[in-house]
Amino acid sequence: MIAHPTDRLLDALFERHDVRHEDNMVIAGEGWLDGRAVAVIGTTDRAFIGVETALALADHVLAVLRDHPGRPILLIVDNGGQRLSRWDELMGNNGVIAHLTTCLDFARRNGHRVVGVVHGLAVSGGFMATGMATAACHALPGAELRVMVPDAMARITRIPLDRLMALFETQPVLAPGAENFVRIGGLHGVWEGDPREGLRAALDATDPEDDPRRRLGAERGGRGRAADVAALVRAGAGA
Amino acid sequence: MRPARHSYYEATARRRLAGLLDEGSFREYCPPTMRLTSPHLPALGVPVAFDDGVAVGEGRVQGRPVLVAAQEGGFMGGAVGEVHGAKITGLLERALDVRPDGVVLLLDTGGVRLHEANAGLIAMGEIQRAVLAVRHAGVSVIAAIGGRNGCYGGMSMVARSCDRIVMSEEGRLSISGPEVIETVEGIEEFDSQDRALVWRTMGGKHRRLLGEADALVPDDIGAFRTAIAGFLDRPRPITLDALMAEQARLAARLERFAGCRDGVEVWERLGVAEPKRVPDLGIDAFNALLPSPAEAAE
Amino acid sequence: MEHLEFDIAGWAGVNPARDHVLVGVVGSGNLEVMIERAELAGRCAVAIDTSIHGFAPTWRRVVEDFLARHRLGDVRVSINDGGATPAVVGLRLDQAAAEYTGGVR
Repeated sequence: MIAHPTDRLLDALFERHDVRHEDNMVIAGEGWLDGRAVAVIGTTDRAFIGVETALALADHVLAVLRDHPGRPILLIVDNGGQRLSRWDELMGNNGVIAHLTTCLDFARRNGHRVVGVVHGLAVSGGFMATGMATAACHALPGAELRVMVPDAMARITRIPLDRLMALFETQPVLAPGAENFVRIGGLHGVWEGDPREGLRAALDATDPEDDPRRRLGAERGGRGRAADVAALVRAGAGA
Repeated sequence: MRPARHSYYEATARRRLAGLLDEGSFREYCPPTMRLTSPHLPALGVPVAFDDGVAVGEGRVQGRPVLVAAQEGGFMGGAVGEVHGAKITGLLERALDVRPDGVVLLLDTGGVRLHEANAGLIAMGEIQRAVLAVRHAGVSVIAAIGGRNGCYGGMSMVARSCDRIVMSEEGRLSISGPEVIETVEGIEEFDSQDRALVWRTMGGKHRRLLGEADALVPDDIGAFRTAIAGFLDRPRPITLDALMAEQARLAARLERFAGCRDGVEVWERLGVAEPKRVPDLGIDAFNALLPSPAEAAE
Repeated sequence: MEHLEFDIAGWAGVNPARDHVLVGVVGSGNLEVMIERAELAGRCAVAIDTSIHGFAPTWRRVVEDFLARHRLGDVRVSINDGGATPAVVGLRLDQAAAEYTGGVR
């Protein structure tokens, strides 16, 4: 029997792990690295994030907060974005997802090192709901990140597809791909080598500010204005 | 005599600011004269706006100091790009320094600006984190939704990360737009042309009944002002207990409404008499179905 | 997009009510007009970014007429145009001038 790709990833990341596969492609459990317990929470198989998914993930985050104060959390990010359905919108998926991100953010602010890794795929609201609520999100080589598939993007922006594809070559703010999200500061980096080394470093690292993404985007040349503009507004410039 | 009503739905961002804030109190940060325009749109042959579609600054609401951002729905559907998003993030972070009675976000947006998609997405994550930072500092953040574009995409998650949401019946709040759901899942799942369905699923009345919005007001800038003023300096602290209570509330919701396919079914299970009539109810009759916003806010 | 700049002789005599005004919204068939007070030795600096190519002479005529009608000088007029019709252009320019001058000639 061939192991599930997420289990193979966990094998590579941890000395040992005890992670359950639950409904809605949710996983939760623990892994041990250098003898240190790490809470593992996430989704698999390009899950669509519906209300049940988001609520189950939030429940696992709250359980760590309640039962294991200070325990680091590794969020496995693998989703196709938010689930598109009448039921999810009727129930306020945006609110349930916001609750999930608020829980992750609360953990981050209360002594839990919260690290994300994109494995497989992360799409738009699904990335915002998960990886973007961590202190540092990384990607594995080959992982895909995007806001929208190029065809749909071309249709909605009314930019011809061939022109859009040409722009992708030079515009990291526009083009899909982990490397572009790294350049704009949306990802801390890609774990190119041994993922266990990547995880170890990510768990030990800290950033000097609450939100390092604007600085990273500016330093890496992919998103040059955000940091300056936010600083100008914070200073009340021009009033 | 009733004061003249000024439609919030029809107004521009700057008109909304003029009606929300005490006369002459608005001081704009990074005003249009600074020309902080999108660095990305010219390469795509798309016109820029001098404020990149959002005005941010300080002012007073009924004499009380606030920081405020107003998205201009007429420019690219209020969509969030790099500069637009950074202005809102910077405004929120300023609240950590000056501690106003509230930060008010007048949201009118389809979510991410696809022309600078990745930057817009990350920007919304930064806004959300800044909202939560401000809340953790004990400053109230209030979202208002009642514009032509509703509040969709990543900004719908930002809205629900705030302390309070004030909506009009015309406002819509959802992560996925009706057209997107129909395009991907088919017209049987969601007919985006069925406006009544859109409002029953995403509109202000449904969101208020579901407990996703804290006040439902008429489509009038003055009514928004009154409701927002009532929520100033009334933060909802984010604690583990509060998060656990929210978890229980949401879990109970999914259980209670399991199998519902329409807002009317949800309202029926809520015990609303004559649920089919909810869309026709005037604001006062509708609000009589609920505890008052002040009570609900406790 | 086409970028146009005109340097046009201005008129003296208008005391602006405000240092700058912004009217309109950049959208399909709409535009924004910003007028700023500027020390330009009485002249008017006009900058237009428009999504419709090939109308430079028309724009120049419209703007010259506008500046003359409102007797504006020492101003920077900046326009972001999303393809507005001539009627909308005229309306927004007049709105901007009215706000800039406080409606007083």
